[in-house]
Amino acid sequence: MERGRGEVLPERPFVRRYLLQRLFAFLPILIGVSLLVFTAIRLIPGDVITATLGTEAGMLTDAQRESLRSYYGLDRPVVEQYARWAAGAITGDLGVSTRHGKPVTELIGDRFPVTLQLALMAVTLALLVGIPLGILAAVRHNTIFDLFVRMLALAGLVMPGFLVGTLIIYLLSTVFGVLPNAGNFVRFNEDPGLNLRQMIFPAITLGFAFSASVMRMTRSSMLEVLGDDYVRTARGKGLRERRVITQHALRNALIPVVTLVGVEMGYLLGGTFIIETLFSLPGLGRLLVNAISQRDYALVQGATLFIASVFVLINLLVDLVYAAVDPRISYDR
Amino acid sequence: MAATTSNVLQLQDPNRRSRTLWQRAISRLRRDRLTLLAMGVLLALMLLSYGSPLVNRYVLGVDPLLPDTPNRLLPFGAPGHLLGTDDLGRDHLARLLSGGQVSLSISIFSALAILGIGLVVGLVMGFSPGVVDDIFNWLITTLDSLPSLYLLIAVSALLQPSPQALILIIAVTSWTGAARLVRGETIARRELDYVLAARTLGASRWRIMFVHILPNLLSILAISLTVGIGGVILAESALSFLNLGVQPPTPTWGNMLIDSRIYYRTAPHLILMPGLLISITVLCLFVLGDGLRDAFDPRTED
Repeated sequence: MERGRGEVLPERPFVRRYLLQRLFAFLPILIGVSLLVFTAIRLIPGDVITATLGTEAGMLTDAQRESLRSYYGLDRPVVEQYARWAAGAITGDLGVSTRHGKPVTELIGDRFPVTLQLALMAVTLALLVGIPLGILAAVRHNTIFDLFVRMLALAGLVMPGFLVGTLIIYLLSTVFGVLPNAGNFVRFNEDPGLNLRQMIFPAITLGFAFSASVMRMTRSSMLEVLGDDYVRTARGKGLRERRVITQHALRNALIPVVTLVGVEMGYLLGGTFIIETLFSLPGLGRLLVNAISQRDYALVQGATLFIASVFVLINLLVDLVYAAVDPRISYDR
Repeated sequence: MAATTSNVLQLQDPNRRSRTLWQRAISRLRRDRLTLLAMGVLLALMLLSYGSPLVNRYVLGVDPLLPDTPNRLLPFGAPGHLLGTDDLGRDHLARLLSGGQVSLSISIFSALAILGIGLVVGLVMGFSPGVVDDIFNWLITTLDSLPSLYLLIAVSALLQPSPQALILIIAVTSWTGAARLVRGETIARRELDYVLAARTLGASRWRIMFVHILPNLLSILAISLTVGIGGVILAESALSFLNLGVQPPTPTWGNMLIDSRIYYRTAPHLILMPGLLISITVLCLFVLGDGLRDAFDPRTED
């Protein structure tokens, strides 16, 4: 551990210790999330019985009701219910969904890939569009092109996602005469071509707002970096402008974009509900929202715990990527 | 000043009072045409929205809540209905105006509440390192790890849907960002000389927090407020999509946008107008936020 800071070798032992610390910091967060969700879902009036039977639940006799409650384990004290569920969760068993009759882990495993694919496609599209446009806008600062990019970015930020999705569906159906996802959803491993055709418009809808923030972030951090001394030095050495921008400026300018991607990825994985509904995709967001309205306690608890874990893991990943791209950052404390 | 005075002397002129941050910001804002335009548009929208009870009764002569089914889904420019009618035959323009009143009120009050909670929590965290800071950090990280949409669903299932309930729901689920911001800014200022001076003079912790630190945070809070109002306007339409927003017949831009989605082929203008108003309002708020940021940034040159 005596290695000096200026040395070229990465500070691996520090990274490992940092990782361990962060993984430990995980636990209180996950406990907090599970407690919060566990309490919140039980505070909502109605339970799985009323949610399933609707008004007919009123026709149940007290004995029938009690037996249903004990069947679902709802007659136990709340603390015991939590303890049982948490004990299972530690071993990777999130319980059985009351509505679907399947293990919660199986349902998540079934739905999460769709949401993940959607989020990955949206982020990829956003980066492919946002970074080049952001760079060009910064390089051609205060030109018509710059103005155009800034307006485009603002449009992406200020339009509700629902509106963008509806506009896309409207254009597709009236101008091109096709309805996205009129048929059944096909998974990527079943038919990659059809799957991509079904996913591309939801991904564009989802990626639109994000590409706007990528554009803005790239442009402003690029502008900042372009004024730095080391960029002037690079230019002074007689390097071609293209090389100055791609080799020198861009690397530093992209650091804030990494954070942005991390944060946004977390939100996208948890918040694609509207897009999933609009384009009828069987993703995690819809599963969870339906589970809340069906008072499917095990599924709500399991799915939110899963989403929170993914969110925290992505944040950890971003911190590590940070250290890789920015040598000034070290985690040795 | 005499024409012969050199520039150097002008800078040292003892009679010239240095301008405060706020004076300089206001004079910069006066020259920022884009921001002024955004402020003008926002002011006009607010006047029309908050004046909607009068405008609807005396200028348009219609009731935004009264159905008139024979005249449903009229297009733009229909006689007596400038922007057409909705699926129940209600005047679209009148509903847009009175929906604006509800949407803007929800957004403004939610953003103020978010800022209020964030301000108090952030100041306390910034000034109480140790256990208090740790506990709030844990709470904030926990809340942030959950997508806010699901928290919103859970909390709104507890309350009867109404504009007031919506404000409360949005505030209790969205204050973490503001708290983080205030905490960071407080910590950055905590060790500065003027705080040290106040402490040396025997000022209490609360006095330092609210009399010395708070005024220096106002510009950041003003920026955060404008952007926050825009965020809530967008969130309100998302909540309407989940059927958790303000319930009909009360119009808001969000529920007007969402509820007309099944008419996207027969009457696309019903989606277009609320969508456009939401976008324009959020756009103006963002432009205003950017303008305020530039105006208050001491690095910006005059």
